[in-house]
Amino acid sequence: MPDTLRHAWVIARKDLLVEFRSRTAILSVAVFTVLVLLVFNFGRDPTAVAAVDLAPSILWVTFTFAAMLTLNRAFQLELENQALDGLLLAPIGPRSLYLGKLLANLMFVAVVEAVGLPLFALFFNVSVLPVLPPLAGVIALATIGFVAVGTLFSAMTTRTRFAELLLPVLLLPFMIPPLIWAVLATAALLAGRPLSEAGGWLRLLGAYDIVFVTLAFFLFPATVDE
Amino acid sequence: MLRAEGLRHAFGSVRALDDISFTLHPGQTLAVFGPNGAGKTTLLKVLAGLIRPQGGRAQIEGGRGAVGWIGHQPQLYAHLTVHENLRFWASLYDVPDGAVRRRAGDLLARLRLEAHRDRPVRALSRGLVQRVAIARALIHDPRVLLLDEPFTGLDRMAAEEFRRLLEEQVANGRATVLVTHNVEEGTELATDVAFMRAGRFVRLEPRAGRGAGRIADAYREAIADA
Repeated sequence: MPDTLRHAWVIARKDLLVEFRSRTAILSVAVFTVLVLLVFNFGRDPTAVAAVDLAPSILWVTFTFAAMLTLNRAFQLELENQALDGLLLAPIGPRSLYLGKLLANLMFVAVVEAVGLPLFALFFNVSVLPVLPPLAGVIALATIGFVAVGTLFSAMTTRTRFAELLLPVLLLPFMIPPLIWAVLATAALLAGRPLSEAGGWLRLLGAYDIVFVTLAFFLFPATVDE
Repeated sequence: MLRAEGLRHAFGSVRALDDISFTLHPGQTLAVFGPNGAGKTTLLKVLAGLIRPQGGRAQIEGGRGAVGWIGHQPQLYAHLTVHENLRFWASLYDVPDGAVRRRAGDLLARLRLEAHRDRPVRALSRGLVQRVAIARALIHDPRVLLLDEPFTGLDRMAAEEFRRLLEEQVANGRATVLVTHNVEEGTELATDVAFMRAGRFVRLEPRAGRGAGRIADAYREAIADA
């Protein structure tokens, strides 16, 4: 296990360095996040529905699609110059590759969420600061779950002709449960209700994470097997 | 050190490998010559474990970690520098830091890449990228070399230096399989030659001191008869 984690970190660090140098994915996803929030901001009728009622859904729709764009690039990067063959030739377990990609994807999505959350608060005039720690917990729990599944599907679809289309088609059904729970928990927190009201959703998100991170970890080798 | 027994593989109705068997001992270099589509690249991928053969088996002493691979693509990350690429691949092979510095320094000097050490790979010419790919393949001091048209893109001087480097590797007990359609390139390094067509070794024999001209004649004769 220490070797698995060490190799995973080597891969994640490389992905982060490549992204830091190219800035292609992170910039486009950040711009996408800003644009989606802007469209929702100007596309709603503030007199018809209160912002606080609409805001949690908008926040999670934005995060979901932004994450999808990020996940698409995870294995595309390895197709360039057939680096994936090199990774499969190296004496590392395929699970190191999965964990490395998962770690890097989580960091990318976290950056996008860190950019999106303040903008969301600004556009929708929602006060997130008083509930920031529990809200960050909800975001972290939901993100871990769908990024874990998304990283697995990204590996499965990356060598197909329509990877960018196939990934959302496969992933969205699996994202529905954590999305619903995340929206409900976020709504409870933003409405100023006690944390205990969101406790049930948080536990469900935690359970989803445990189940799907474990499943993806064990199923991943089959996705890179010739 | 490397043993192939009855390897068979097909892509649909096309037979890429048809009962390929051979054994390589330390210090042996097998040059596999064949026209385009003969199955040379498939053979290397099966030997490396990148493709699971439909029949037979390939064994490499030391497993995947013992293989140094040069393929059609350089397996490098365009946004990382030459040295960062070498360090990344060495980390996956658990090469200690001191050894990485020493080997990277030595390989960069031998391949005349010192001036390009801190340049991103995307800024290099095709020939320079091929030289970096050679350094990447050798950075972990592999015991078995699998080389697919390794001279592609190299200028005359670089090709000479690479040939000397390979001769040293062979003298140090490395076993090498070199596949190429160019008889001139492969002959000098070979201890054994195989002529391949439609997935079969139509001849497999020691080079027995023959030069490129005689090997080219034997190749033409063997391929015409097959």
